[in-house]
Amino acid sequence: MKPNNYWKTNIRYITILLSLWFLISFGCGILFVEQLNLVKIGGFKLGFWFAQQGSIFGFVIIIFIYIFLMNKLDQSRKK
Amino acid sequence: MELQIWIWIAVGLSFSLYIGIAIWSRAASTKEFYVAGGGIHPIANGMATAADWMSAASFISMAGIISFSGYDGSVYLMGWTGGYVLLALLLAPYLRKFGKFTVPDFIGDRYYSNTARLVAIFCALIVSFTYIAGQMRGVGVVFSRYLEVDIVTGVLIGMGIVLFYAVLGGMKGITYTQVAQYCVLIFAFMVPAVFISFLITGNLIPQIGFGSSSTDGIFLLDKLDGLHKELGFHEYTTGTKSMLDVFCITMALMVGTAGLPHVIVRFFTVKKVSDARKSAGWALLFIAILYTTAPAIAVFSRTNLIETVSNQPYDQMPDWFNKWETTGLLEFNDKNKDGLIQYKADVSTNELEVDADIMVLANPEIAQLPNWVIALLAAGALAAALSTAAGLLLVISSAVSHDLLKKILVPNISERGELIAARLAATAAVFMAGYFGVNPPGFVAATVALAFGLAASSFFPAILLGIFSKRINKEGVICGMLVGILTMLFYMLKFKFGWFGGGSKEDWWFGVSPEGFGSIAMIFNFITTLVVTHFTPKPSQEIQKLVEKIREP
Repeated sequence: MKPNNYWKTNIRYITILLSLWFLISFGCGILFVEQLNLVKIGGFKLGFWFAQQGSIFGFVIIIFIYIFLMNKLDQSRKK
Repeated sequence: MELQIWIWIAVGLSFSLYIGIAIWSRAASTKEFYVAGGGIHPIANGMATAADWMSAASFISMAGIISFSGYDGSVYLMGWTGGYVLLALLLAPYLRKFGKFTVPDFIGDRYYSNTARLVAIFCALIVSFTYIAGQMRGVGVVFSRYLEVDIVTGVLIGMGIVLFYAVLGGMKGITYTQVAQYCVLIFAFMVPAVFISFLITGNLIPQIGFGSSSTDGIFLLDKLDGLHKELGFHEYTTGTKSMLDVFCITMALMVGTAGLPHVIVRFFTVKKVSDARKSAGWALLFIAILYTTAPAIAVFSRTNLIETVSNQPYDQMPDWFNKWETTGLLEFNDKNKDGLIQYKADVSTNELEVDADIMVLANPEIAQLPNWVIALLAAGALAAALSTAAGLLLVISSAVSHDLLKKILVPNISERGELIAARLAATAAVFMAGYFGVNPPGFVAATVALAFGLAASSFFPAILLGIFSKRINKEGVICGMLVGILTMLFYMLKFKFGWFGGGSKEDWWFGVSPEGFGSIAMIFNFITTLVVTHFTPKPSQEIQKLVEKIREP
């Protein structure tokens, strides 16, 4: 793969994953927290859950997805 | 066995472990001293980063603060974890690829200017010193509360330990002690949490117990909202701060995390670029264990506290109540003389003052756990404070010996000379930190949270643009960093310490609190950098090549 493509693909991954990052924290935990709070799952109001639990789990998952994608990209670049 | 004996055993054992590791991992070269030789396993580095990152504030105070502020406390939970996504995706891999020792190294080389390097050194020192003074104070407080020595002795013992392993082992010693400290602190945090979760909800996992129903069949959070309403407090699960302020504080903490030099340098210690990404992932996973447990502890202890004390006769309070009363963290004042404790939001009728720190510290006693758990908690709190202090010390010492001496003042200094300088600088920094720990300037507590604003407004834009744009030049970045950090300093001095005429909540710019202002100052930094760059010449071909090289894995 050309170096230019490598960088472009990387940027695409970063853009998508950072949008997710923004959505689960600033989106679900702050901007739309009131609307989401109307939904309840177990004892949690959903917005509150995102702000205090969900976003953190999400962050961990996002980083591991990026690790996975980039390792694959690094592999294909070597070929 | 007596509690005091347990505590001495737990603290003594953990300290001998740290000293043992320090002797085993002495640093012989500057590379070992600054970046642990650059061959740390990503999981070990993840643990070290987690311990480096989680300070006495995370361990002792955070759950308590959330307990009293409910939803508003979410800013700390999201803010202090979300930054790792930025680190893993935007900074860490490229800085590792760049492959030098410090953050000013990167700024100085990428922006081909010693002025930029000096500005970066200045920012690194300001951020690290505001942070470390609070840590040494934390060490002193834990010692005095649990071991009944005075704060000065506590700070001196803490200084001795940090001095020993940071000066002897440099980054190598610090890394391996931080791995041990992570294990101590997470075990100490989780044991009481699991017990209490089981006690209150019958569920062993606090993260699930948090959303379950208590023994009477009502969901815990609903019950807490109800109790809050009854006593006149704001509903626990919704906020009181404005949405804009919550947004800005969260952003400032996230970006500040990604810009803190002592966190960034941890990623220089792994072998390759992919390992830098991996260790960011592991670090956040290890941090998330504590950070998702803290809000659960907050709810358990809040409910427990209200149910134990509200409208109950004072003379039937359990033992822990009286014990913590003597420390001044709990205060009862029977205003209407009816012998009952009225715990209310309304200041005029409220009879109970509770310090936030008690929520974690008194947890084992409230849940009637054995003495060894309390001892473990003391060792855990010390591990949290010492590990962070050590990481900061290294940044301070390398800023002086490497960035200032080697790169600017005495370029032909020998390897041996630089190593001696690094150790002397670390020693001097320990003494300064110790001094501030013993005589805390009134602003320590207030500035620890603001250190994030300072990091966000100075380093983050400079590093980010340095990687993702080839066009940004030294003129832009020097002006940007200065505008960012100076606006932040000005705002913080004005609204926190009353300089420049002071001001109250109504005068806040855009309604943003000083804690959240880092976000605004960061935007100023970005704008200044871009505008100044636009009117000044491009960086040379070599610099553009350097940026291209950083982007390759």
